[in-house]
Order: sequence, then structure tokens, then C-alpha cells
Amino acid sequence: MHAWPRSAGVSGSVLPALRWPRMMHRLHPYAMNKPARGSLLGIEHLEDKEILGLLKLARRMNPLKARPLLRNKRVVLLFYEASTRTRSSFEIAAKSLGATTVLVQSSGSSIEKGESLLDTAYTLRAVGADAIVMRHPSAGASYLMARHLDIPVINAGDGMHEHPSQALLDAFTILKHKKSLKGLQVAIIGDIYHSRVARSACHLLSRFGAKVTLCGPPELVPEFATTLAPGLRITRHIEEALRGTDVIMLLRVQQERLAGRKIQLRDYMAHYQMNTSRLKLAKRDAIVMHPGPIIRGLELTSEVVDCPQSVIVDEVRNGVPTRMAILLRALGKARQ
Amino acid sequence: MADAKYKHGSLLIKGGHVIDPAAKINAPMDVLLRDGRVAEVALPNKVRGGADEKFDARGLIVAPGFIDLHVHLREPGQSYKETIATGTAAAAAGGFTLVCTMPNTTPVVDTAEWVAWLRHPERGALVNVFPIAAATSSSRGATLTDFAALQRAGAVAVTDDGKPILDDEIMRAALRLGAELNLPVVQHAEDTRLTEHCSMHEGPTSFRLGLRGMSAAAEANIVDRDVTLAQQIRESRLHVAHLSTSDALKAVRRGKRAKARVTCEVTPHHFTLLDQDVGEYNTNFKMNPPLRSATDREAILVALADGTVDAIATDHAPHAAHEKEVEFERAAFGITGLETALALAITKLHREHKISLARIVELFTAGPARVFDLRSRGSLARGNFADVTIFDPKKRWTFEAAKSRSLSHNTPFDGWQFTGKVVATIVGGKIVYRPD
Repeated sequence: MHAWPRSAGVSGSVLPALRWPRMMHRLHPYAMNKPARGSLLGIEHLEDKEILGLLKLARRMNPLKARPLLRNKRVVLLFYEASTRTRSSFEIAAKSLGATTVLVQSSGSSIEKGESLLDTAYTLRAVGADAIVMRHPSAGASYLMARHLDIPVINAGDGMHEHPSQALLDAFTILKHKKSLKGLQVAIIGDIYHSRVARSACHLLSRFGAKVTLCGPPELVPEFATTLAPGLRITRHIEEALRGTDVIMLLRVQQERLAGRKIQLRDYMAHYQMNTSRLKLAKRDAIVMHPGPIIRGLELTSEVVDCPQSVIVDEVRNGVPTRMAILLRALGKARQ
Repeated sequence: MADAKYKHGSLLIKGGHVIDPAAKINAPMDVLLRDGRVAEVALPNKVRGGADEKFDARGLIVAPGFIDLHVHLREPGQSYKETIATGTAAAAAGGFTLVCTMPNTTPVVDTAEWVAWLRHPERGALVNVFPIAAATSSSRGATLTDFAALQRAGAVAVTDDGKPILDDEIMRAALRLGAELNLPVVQHAEDTRLTEHCSMHEGPTSFRLGLRGMSAAAEANIVDRDVTLAQQIRESRLHVAHLSTSDALKAVRRGKRAKARVTCEVTPHHFTLLDQDVGEYNTNFKMNPPLRSATDREAILVALADGTVDAIATDHAPHAAHEKEVEFERAAFGITGLETALALAITKLHREHKISLARIVELFTAGPARVFDLRSRGSLARGNFADVTIFDPKKRWTFEAAKSRSLSHNTPFDGWQFTGKVVATIVGGKIVYRPD
């Protein structure tokens, strides 16, 4: 490791004492390597103990009383897609831990000029990124990047594939209200086909013994969705999905991703919209979740959003400690 | 290919085991090639007359030169991916003595001039190059090309490969014109209206990876329609390219039973790999048609054994690294295949699935020669072109993509251990390939 050349007159009081970037081991441009330790690409290949470790670590995180455990670390937030919650909570999580963050978006960067994903990755690595948090519209984009970089890559949503930090914060939220995931009845309702949140949630919940019911029309919940993880089942009737359920996860109909799949919103709302009368079918202490953004009056009514059982805002709040844990695992000294 | 020395020279291949399905030979035989033609195939040591050179083929299989009905050699216009020189070098290394090139180049091969250009000696081809021309102008699917002129220039078939001919009327017209000229129409069967934004087969794996999937129906529907048209149009010849689904096979069987002139080819990757082999977005497993389900592969293996499939074709589709090292959905479709085809056939079809070597040789020789009606090829009959492939069916080796003769290395088989290797490829009586 190199230190700043002191004689060069760089004043530590003016500039933050940034560490000189590690000498980059120039990988062959097309070399395949294992993702760097601390990468989080998806829930599917994460070990149980890693998931439990992250959830435990998240419980110890307090954004208001954070210690600068990641001082001198540079986290690049690389966003090829719009985001409100994920981006701001990753940024706040990183800053709470004392890290420096840089936001790179597809508009206003060289990505607009046609730079490839890997060339962008090499560039960010060269300017000294210690970790890259990436959202991208293509499934598997974070795998591609992680295979070519020697720094942790954190998937903040890749196309229709996975959104692991969302699944972790959802588990974190559920465990605040329920004792355990084991045996819990969970209904995931809506546009599952296009949802990376649903895929990550299915992997995580199924792994820890929750009973997951997927509910929606065939265009949005194909039959082979049950092959994703053990113990998933499908119903086309929202009443059946809701009866006796502990957790209700609602999903937005992703009209921007429909790509030729025809669905009549009026029919969808008639059959699958969450309203207060349907909510009564669930257990009395059932919680209502939604990864956001919510469209009031479409997948759920305004009354449901604001009802006492709704933990939608709580989920967003829990995103910060969860993402602090993810960043700490990626970059902290106490790597797990 | 017409090396003066061998045009007027002779080569005796001694001690080998000849498999020539078209001539119904499967026995130890010696083969004499003279002046670019097959002069004699006789029992061991019974060849009359001498030879300038001898090839010791003891322990080896001597077969007619292999024919690949479906390769992309990327010229004109995409020589950064492959050239006719490098592509045919790879073909020779894979035992192919004749390759049929697809017209989806830049520009599209839709004129007699381009067909002639492809066949010109200046291209530096190491093996025979028989162009397949575009069926419609610029392969846009709107107006038919001049089939007669293309055929006169040397095109052996027409196709819009890479794209299907979707319009019923255009396909009917193409088959009709093809029927008049005895020219096969090759169809890339894919209902592109159903496969927009798709990058792999639709099923559990595509769902798991969050990738949009091409349904099996998108292929089968088109094959089904084409077979129906071929049955309606007398003497029309339909060839289904890279067939990959069980339902499409059903349609081909229906056509064959009805005595329509319907043929089909299957690629080595479709009889070897499955959609789940894509793993975590490995773009060297991305091609079109995509790798399919286990049921589809099972049906293909049955059809390879029972004779429904006419030919093994590689769909050799080289791409530069920068076109593959990108997001899976953005990556180019296609893999290279010329150098691994025989090894996969022997390793998978012969050793694992007990399909006879004779049938495998047929799928590489007599079968494809029949599909495009290639005269004096695909058999070692006396007077035929002296194209011979000699291979060792027991030789174990490891394929290294980096050592490929192709300009591109986009193969899913890098590092695979194979049984069965080409020992010599002879084109027009001249040895064009021997392993280092």
C-alpha cells in the first residue's frame, strides 16, 4: 500500500486523508475470476450463515449513532436505472459509516457516450473505488462486473433478476414483527414475473422455512415460478392467498417492463387489488409490505397504505441499517 | 484447393477402416485418390496401380469429407469476427471439407456478384465454400431475390438465416420459386413476434435468471406452417435450420411421412447442452435458437438415431470478445463450433447414447449432401471429389479455445475433454489439415 507522499504538500486538513488506491492488479480484460470477498450479487447463492450474519449485524447498526468504521473508503453508487429508496439509503448508510460516496448515473456520464459496462467498471476501479453498488436494467450485470473486478460489487437490483438488499431489509422488517420466519405464511401478490424483489424474497423466505404463496394472473405469475425455490405455491385467487396469512407482500405492476405482455389494469385491479375488505381475510396481526414505489389506487388502495398493519414506511427505514451491514461486510475490518 | 501437384498426383490411404454410408461400406478398405478424384476403394492391399504418396491410416476411420450446411464465415464485412481463410482453417481442423456459408453478412449476400465473390480463390479458402444466398432482398423478408441468377452463380440454397421469413405469402412464393429451380429454402424458424427482447429458452432457468425466454412454440409454430406449405407446393424443398425443439420435430416428421421434401439439421450444442448450462449468465451459452429443455434434447437424440434428422450442422457463429463480454441480454447470439462438432458427436452421441459411428458419419456426409443435392460429394464412390476425413474415434484430447484456428473464441466447450479427433482432412486429394 502506498501512502500519500507527504512532501508533496497535500494538506490533510484541506483534503480528506484518502488512501492511495491499491495498485490495481491488471486482470486480463476478459479474465474470469471469482467475485471479490464481500460482494453481494444475489440471495440465491448466499449461505444461510451469511444471511443470518448480515441480519444480526443490521440489528446492531444505528444510523444516528454510527461509528466511522469505513473511514477512508470510497463507495461508488453506479445507477443505470432510476431509484429513490435504494440509492438514498445506500448513500446514507455509507456516509453514516464514514465512507466517501460518489454517484455515477447513466445520464451525464460516459455511459451515455457508449462506454461498455466493463470499461466503466475499470474506470471506476482506477479512480480508486473500494466497492461498487450497482443498479442496472440487465439481469446478471453485477455478475459480469464482479467477475472482472477485484473489489466487492453490491447488486442494488439487476433487471428482473435479484434485489438482495431489499430481501434482507424485508426479512429484517418481518423479524421485527414476527418471532421467526419458520412456518410463517407469506403471500406475494402481483407482478412476480418482472420483479427482482420477488425473486430475492422467494429465495430468502423459502430458505428459512416460510410458506410462500405467489398470487397473480398467469401473465405475471407463470406456472414455472414455483421452480425458483422449494415450497413455493401458486394461486390465481387473492382470497385464497390471503386466508390465514401472516405477511402480505404487494408488488407494483411494472408497466415499463411489460414488453408486449398484455394486461388489463382494470381487470387486474378487480382481481388483485389489495383493499381493506380483502385485508380482513388475513390474520388479524398480518403485516402489509411493499418494496415501493407504490401506486396508490392500483395494486393497493390508499387505505391499505396508511392502515396500522402497513409497514411500508418501516421497510424504507430499515433499509439504512441493513445496507450499513452490507457495506460493512464488504469493506469493514470485521468482514465475515 | 486446386493445388497443381495434387490435381495431377495420387494418394493412397492404407490400412484404415472405411465408413461410407452412401455406398454402404463399413469395412477395412484402402482408398486411392488420383487427380482430385476418388480413383478406387478396394479391400486391403488390393488397390491396383501405384501412388505418389501413402497415408498410414491403421486404427483410423476413413470417411467421405464432412459437409457443414450451416456456417457463418462473416465475410463480406465482418472480418474482425472471422474471415473465409480463418473460418475454413477451423473447418479443416474439424474435418469439414465443404461448408455452406450463411448470407447474413454486411452487406447481405443477395446478388450473384456476392456469391461469386465468396467463391473467388482470392478469399483463401482451405476447404470448399458453397454459398447460401439470401431469399429476400437484404433479408428484409419483403421481396424475393433472383433465385435463378444466384443458383447460376453457385448458391446451393436460399435463406434469410438469422431472421425468419414470417410472411406466409413470401414463404409460399419462395418455396414455389425454389421448386421450379430445385433449390432448397432454408428457414431459421423463429416467430420473432413472440421473442422480442428474449435471450434464452423460456423455462425455470430463464425465470430464475430474470431473463425473458423464447418459448418452444415460437420455433414450432413456424416449422409447422412451413411444413404445411411444403406439403401444398409440389416439388418444393424445405430445410429447417438448427432445429431445437421437440414440437418442431413433430412437424418435420409429419412432413416426411407425407412424402414432402422436408429436411432438417441439428447442432452439436443442442444435442449436448441444456438451458440450465447457461449458469450465471455465461454468454458463451447464448445462441439462437437457444439451448432448450431436457425434454427437447431427449427428442433430438431420438431423432438423430432414428433418421428424422438429416444432418449435423454447426451453426458456427464467431463473435469478437467485446461482443460477448457484455451484459447477457446485450451479448451477440452464437458460438463457434467447427472444431468441436465431431468430438461432440463421438463423445456424446456415440459413447454416451450408443449411436453408431456409421450413423454419425452419415449425419456429416451423405445426409447433408442429400439435403442440398451436392453431386459427387458425401461419398467415396469412384469418380467423386477426393474429399476425405480421417479420424481417430478413440483419441482422447482436450479442446483449448485459445488454440482454435477460428478468429473468435466464443465457445462453451473450452477445456472440455473429448474422445474422437480428426487426424487428417483431405480436400481435392490434398491434405489440408494434420494436427500439430
